[in-house]
Amino acid sequence: MTVVRVRHMSVRFRARALLVGLGCALAALALGVLSIGGGDYPMSPADVLRTLAGNGTTAENFIIGELRLPRLVTAMLVGAALALGGAVFQALVRNPLGSPDILGVTQGAATGALVVVVAGGGTLALAGASVVGGLATGLLLWAVAWARGAHGHRLILAGIGIAAILTGVNGWLLTRAQLMDAARAVLWLTGSLDGRGWAQAVPLAVTLAVLAPVVLFACGPALRMTELGDDTAAALGVPVRRLRTVLLIAAVLLVSVAASAAGPVNFVALTAPHLTRRLTRAPGPNLAAATALGAAMLVAADLVAQRGFPGHQLPVGVVTGAIGGGYLIWLLATERRAGRL
Amino acid sequence: MRPGTPRLSGDGLTLAYDKRTIAERLDVTIPDHSFTVVIGPNACGKSTLLRALARMLKPTAGTVLLDGRDIHAQQARKVARTLGLLPQSSTAPDGITVAELVARGRYPHQGLLRQWSRDDERVVDESMAATGVADLADRLVDELSGGQRQRVWIAMALAQQTELLLLDEPTTFLDIAHQIEVLDLCAQLHEEQGRTLVAVLHDLNQAARYASHLIAMRDGKVVAAGAPREIVTEELVRRVFGLACRVIDDPETGAPLVVPAARRAVALHR
Repeated sequence: MTVVRVRHMSVRFRARALLVGLGCALAALALGVLSIGGGDYPMSPADVLRTLAGNGTTAENFIIGELRLPRLVTAMLVGAALALGGAVFQALVRNPLGSPDILGVTQGAATGALVVVVAGGGTLALAGASVVGGLATGLLLWAVAWARGAHGHRLILAGIGIAAILTGVNGWLLTRAQLMDAARAVLWLTGSLDGRGWAQAVPLAVTLAVLAPVVLFACGPALRMTELGDDTAAALGVPVRRLRTVLLIAAVLLVSVAASAAGPVNFVALTAPHLTRRLTRAPGPNLAAATALGAAMLVAADLVAQRGFPGHQLPVGVVTGAIGGGYLIWLLATERRAGRL
Repeated sequence: MRPGTPRLSGDGLTLAYDKRTIAERLDVTIPDHSFTVVIGPNACGKSTLLRALARMLKPTAGTVLLDGRDIHAQQARKVARTLGLLPQSSTAPDGITVAELVARGRYPHQGLLRQWSRDDERVVDESMAATGVADLADRLVDELSGGQRQRVWIAMALAQQTELLLLDEPTTFLDIAHQIEVLDLCAQLHEEQGRTLVAVLHDLNQAARYASHLIAMRDGKVVAAGAPREIVTEELVRRVFGLACRVIDDPETGAPLVVPAARRAVALHR
């Protein structure tokens, strides 16, 4: 722990966690520059930086500012929002598997989107409906598992149940859709950044700008205390129930708005907090570092999706799914060997 | 607040979990600067009472008064600077060191721009010294023995710097030597630092030896309250625990010592 004191003020942090967070943020930016330099009109990193600084040609300004930058910003924000939401979920249910993918929130967002697809609605309606779907699922979770102050495995069981039901509903909705609509819906369900622009980035940026400070600064220290058990945290002055309610709402909003921007991108919410814990080697949720790592993860995944297989562009959800799944299997193998599992 | 009014008391408490009522119209007073021990048979409501006194359980009727005001009308964080509770079970996060865990006790005194003041540092050091865990500061909590771990948790509660400290069965899961060690530590904190201690204990003889004030409960009611020497009698033990016994003087301390009647002796007494 490093302590910095100025007069009566004092700040304490883990140097390693701070470095990991800063490193991930830098990696996200560097990969981003690399990412928007590529494509049908290749640009060197120097050209990209010059254009970003406002000194580009008209063509460069258009390509970067209108086509590639919005997609990159969306990728960063989606990654950050999913990772932060996932880290909060895992801390709330005190289980490393307690991610919104497992607890049904992502499926709920998909249900909302699919209803709009079947009804033949437009892109804006689809985004709105997926936020509503995610929030409704969060509310259902709260009603089933939360209302009596319950948490932990109770919440996970309720979430898995809700996720199973919604997966069924989603399958049924897909069978009801017209062929063209169904194809569009499946692409959305995979999670994709194709054609994403400022219309997706701005609502997500606003959501993050409001919720990230609430989660990181207003709730973060108290959330750390709940690791000691609810009773001990309450005895130390943490309003446990109110804290959980606020955090649940924030996490559901983060995940739902991210899903409305890019579809339910797989596995980021689950793996980013894990990876953060391994990199920072610190106990606890490490929310800020996880957020930065999530952003870097999605930018990297999108880079692979666009450039990894020349001639083919993959939806980003395919890449995060493959990487995330592979990472989990690797984790299982190493933890098992180390006797921790 | 008038002088002489105790800082912590419960007035006409009805305590219930969901619809199951544990206690009704319970009145209880914790004398200031006492080492109060609550005893009673299993499920008599002693832990429930402690939770209510610590603001963890809201009574369905009646009020818990802390410094003359309803404890539930006060902010959790503010209460946590006056009254601490060590619950029956707490979890130490994976990979946390002793010093880090004890430092968590400073939470109610900290803020966004007051994360680790010199006071925090000093109090944590003092708390570890008072509980004899200073040498373990950099060890992982998971590696410690049960007795050491309990002392670390008590150090965390001390770091909270509350004048009232409530302990829910602090000796459970410990062997007899560690039980005595923890109780000696509590007695020492009570005597040297003048803190008001309230503990729920299972062992009647330990309660009688260490308590300055004893509260005996049965079926959600206070059967007797007072100094152990005044209230621990054969009659009381029979009423509270349904146990035939003799009460003699503890040869070590002179406190009442409860000796359960032998099966044969019961027959003889009749």
